[in-house]
Amino acid sequence: MSVLAVFNTGVLSNALAAEAAADKVSDGFLLANSWWLPVMSFVGFWAILLLAKRINVKNAAAYMGIAVIGVQFAFAAGAVVQWQQRTAVVVEHAESQSAEGEAHSTASDTTEAETSDETHAESLGAIGAASGFSLGSEEGEVVKLRPSVERSVSWYRNGDTDIRIGTHVDGFAVAMLFVVAFISLTVHVFSREYLRTDSRITHYFAALSLFTGAMLWMVQSATTLGVLFGWELMGLCSFLLIGHWWEDRDNTDAALKAFFTTRIGDIGLLIGIVILFFAGGKTFDIAVINERALNGEIRQWLCFVAATCLFAGVIGKSAQFPLHTWLPDAMAGPTPASALIHAATMVVAGVYLVARLYGVFWSGFSIHAGGMNLGALVGSITLVMAALLAFVQTDIKKVLAYSTVSQLGYMVMGLAVGGWAGAIFHLVTHAFFKALLFQASGSIAHSGSHHSFEMERMGGLRKYMPVTFATFTAGYLALCGVFPMAGFWSKDEVLTAAKTNGYTWAFVAGSLGAFLTACYMTRTYTKTFFGENRLHLFHDDHDAQLVNTGHDAHTTHDVHVGHVGHEGAGGLEGAGGLEGAGGHEGAGGHDDHGPHESNIWITAPLAALAVMSTVVGLLQWPKFYAFEHFIANITFEETVIARWGSPEFNLTGVAIPSSILGLLGIAIGVVYFKVFNHDFGLVKRGGIFALVHKVLKNKYYLDHLWTGVVIGFVKGPLAKAAYWFNQQGLDGAVDTAGRTSVGVSRWVYRFIDQGTVDMFANGIGSTTNNLGSGLRKTQTGNVQNYAAIFIGAVGLAVLAIVLFI
Amino acid sequence: MVLNQFLFLSALLFCIGVYGVIVRKNAVLVLMSIELMVNAVNLNLVAFALYNDNVIGQVFALFAIAIAAAEVGVGLAIVLLIYRNRRNVDLGTLSEMKG
Amino acid sequence: MLAQNIVFSLLAVSMGLSALRMVTTKNVVHAALYLVIVLAGIAANYVLLAAEFVAVVQVLVYIGAIVVLFLFGIMLTRSRLGEDTDLDNDQRWVAAAVSVFLLGILGIALWRAFGRNPLDLTNSVARGASGENTNRVADSIFSDYLIAFEVASVLLLAALVGAVVVARRE
Repeated sequence: MSVLAVFNTGVLSNALAAEAAADKVSDGFLLANSWWLPVMSFVGFWAILLLAKRINVKNAAAYMGIAVIGVQFAFAAGAVVQWQQRTAVVVEHAESQSAEGEAHSTASDTTEAETSDETHAESLGAIGAASGFSLGSEEGEVVKLRPSVERSVSWYRNGDTDIRIGTHVDGFAVAMLFVVAFISLTVHVFSREYLRTDSRITHYFAALSLFTGAMLWMVQSATTLGVLFGWELMGLCSFLLIGHWWEDRDNTDAALKAFFTTRIGDIGLLIGIVILFFAGGKTFDIAVINERALNGEIRQWLCFVAATCLFAGVIGKSAQFPLHTWLPDAMAGPTPASALIHAATMVVAGVYLVARLYGVFWSGFSIHAGGMNLGALVGSITLVMAALLAFVQTDIKKVLAYSTVSQLGYMVMGLAVGGWAGAIFHLVTHAFFKALLFQASGSIAHSGSHHSFEMERMGGLRKYMPVTFATFTAGYLALCGVFPMAGFWSKDEVLTAAKTNGYTWAFVAGSLGAFLTACYMTRTYTKTFFGENRLHLFHDDHDAQLVNTGHDAHTTHDVHVGHVGHEGAGGLEGAGGLEGAGGHEGAGGHDDHGPHESNIWITAPLAALAVMSTVVGLLQWPKFYAFEHFIANITFEETVIARWGSPEFNLTGVAIPSSILGLLGIAIGVVYFKVFNHDFGLVKRGGIFALVHKVLKNKYYLDHLWTGVVIGFVKGPLAKAAYWFNQQGLDGAVDTAGRTSVGVSRWVYRFIDQGTVDMFANGIGSTTNNLGSGLRKTQTGNVQNYAAIFIGAVGLAVLAIVLFI
Repeated sequence: MVLNQFLFLSALLFCIGVYGVIVRKNAVLVLMSIELMVNAVNLNLVAFALYNDNVIGQVFALFAIAIAAAEVGVGLAIVLLIYRNRRNVDLGTLSEMKG
Repeated sequence: MLAQNIVFSLLAVSMGLSALRMVTTKNVVHAALYLVIVLAGIAANYVLLAAEFVAVVQVLVYIGAIVVLFLFGIMLTRSRLGEDTDLDNDQRWVAAAVSVFLLGILGIALWRAFGRNPLDLTNSVARGASGENTNRVADSIFSDYLIAFEVASVLLLAALVGAVVVARRE
């Protein structure tokens, strides 16, 4: 209780201080009070959970959720404007450290000290930190940076250790806030229609609000502890939303799998945070940790250990090889939730972590050195591997899920090759176009294919669903990296970084990934929107299919209608029941069983996302690099800029070749999947292609590895191993080996064992025996005897200290 | 006053406590001797608080007192349990650990 | 200064003798009463050391509660209330040797470390006159050691529950 009280008063005094200071310097009201964003979400969460069922409005939960996120979106958009208007302060590069520190402290006096005693003194110093890599920096060049807005309060103190909690709002954080708020808004609106008839819509929107709050908190948190808090809360929401339709065993299994798999990585994250806490001088402050990692106060090997541990968390959360297997399974959740959590925002938390603690990763992974490092390796493997897997999926959501894994690989690889701004830009553009693709697939399932995501049931939808088709096309082109869509710019920037920073293999993997992406997306695109509509082929087993896939809304209608009666409270129970019944009727509107366009609640978000997917890439138009300047912060200046300078758009070296690769991928895809209408006709002919297909179908047997080998090994290692050897036809070899060893053993027994070894062995045995029975007598079993010996020994130890020290 | 007069007194009490812990058969008496040792340590803490002119030692002593109270409670509960099972509290007979 | 030294000497002698009697007496109840004398002496020492609050807590918790607990323990375990010849085991000489050895070592170590370092009472006495010593303790506990305080309270609760569970009849 009292801990809470201290916290509250801290917040209060902080707010007062900020208010008093607001008159003096315009710090950006929204920037200074960005902690309201998560607070709004958490309030919304409780309000939806407790009140939504008591309001006699149909789908009150949805409207409450939309209202909250609407306000938050306006807030975030305002924050973007305020950040853009914020005055940049001169940052001089590494000529003399003392002068630099001076300049910064004056800068901070005018801009950041208004939160006076609550502000972090050290974090200001972070701006003035010495650059670890002055070799590549332009000496004395004037760099302008917008200083971040810092707010923090003492969470608790224990002795000298002051655990603070607060926000650190810089351009990167503002960009993330905007992206999260935007995607979340579209998802909320989309869900209003998509889950209209779901009886647990209240819980759904509550979880969505909680998730949004957690993510909004994480991206602005100033401390690793705050990041961990948001991170774990998001994991919880992910679990809740994947298992939203828990009547189906598959869904709960998927939820558990996602939860446990990410948890494996989170152990590493926790260890890494603890290491950094002690290595960084007993602080959780990210700015301080970054600074100390870069100026060498945290030794390189320690950075490496910490970065590796944190990277385990990244591998879990951002679905990198080899822990990516949970993400495709997570598609069991409602599609808008998948769009928000498992495509656009939560899964980039790992990428965000690397970008935020870039100082640690920079020095830990020796990113400045070029060549190869752990992050680039994992990212490259992930992006190619997942792109290949996307080829053999028949479920459109699974294709998009593997595509997400692949694009996450891009981001991780981009960060690890020094493309800080590029990777973050890719994060942002990917959030828009992948959310778009997911929601478009949701629209198809909702209105075009009877709640199924099987591409076998689609085809020719461009005639029936023009808006969905047009918006999906925008997302498709963006993902394939076609000029001038968003993906072109961001993918290019990652590739440019890999190439110019000397990561040749990462560059090759990235280019290959771009080609593969274009190819498999063309397959999906053509199968979904072109050719004949195949839905009627499956008309007869419609009901059976619903039971089998059980993926989506309306699947469990009869269960739900029964449920509402239980869940409704008091007099409103009847209303809830009516709502369920009405929803059922609404679903009955699909009785014509023909594909048709979704309504405005679905198409409006799609249109908004399509516009963003198209224009957001232009932010990085060469020469202006508006996005890069927007997000640039001190860590970026001290690492990438200091080492390589600002990354330049590379027309002939990267842009044109990668565009050609992308277009080639599309062309091959069209020829192979559309013109010849082959879906793996080649495969059916056998040989190497069939083998590849089988391996891909089985997801490289990674799931088998985890459940079969790893878990099985724990369960019954010997039996399994023996069986496996037996089955592999190694009998003969084993037999021969056995016979040989028997012969050898006989010889050894006769001449060596009996002769010499025995003597030693027996000697050792009897000595041990005698010693044991001697020592046994000292174990009297009397506690006081032990106490006497113990205290006497302590006395001897003190004597030794007195004598020798 | 010098610091060492308190420290010596504390050391004396501590060593007498050690003697009691080793030599007493009755479990309750052993617990009492342990309390004697704890008090000797507390005296040290408070003496150092004055010596360093801060209150950390006093705070620590207060925590030690609170924890000693908990320890005595649990300790006596265990002694009662032993008594109930064996009808005596003689530590000499508790020799299940004999090797 | 002299008065304090005289008081300390008296206290030290009585405490030392009481402690010795406590570990050698043949009467269990007497041992508990000797313990009271030692604990009271410790409390008096706290007053000498300008730690009034700790002294009061010492009297309340130790003499008021813990000694009573010990007396209950003695009664509930039906220890013989009068003279008992069978209170010590046969490790008397070992115990004496260990104790004296430890005392000697500690004495040497303490003497080497602190010698005749004086205790400066002026600050504390000035603060004690206005009751500020206790204020400082309270400030410290409820700010810097708040977490420790909360944890200690949880520990006490756990010990309470644990003692009840252990001692309760099935």
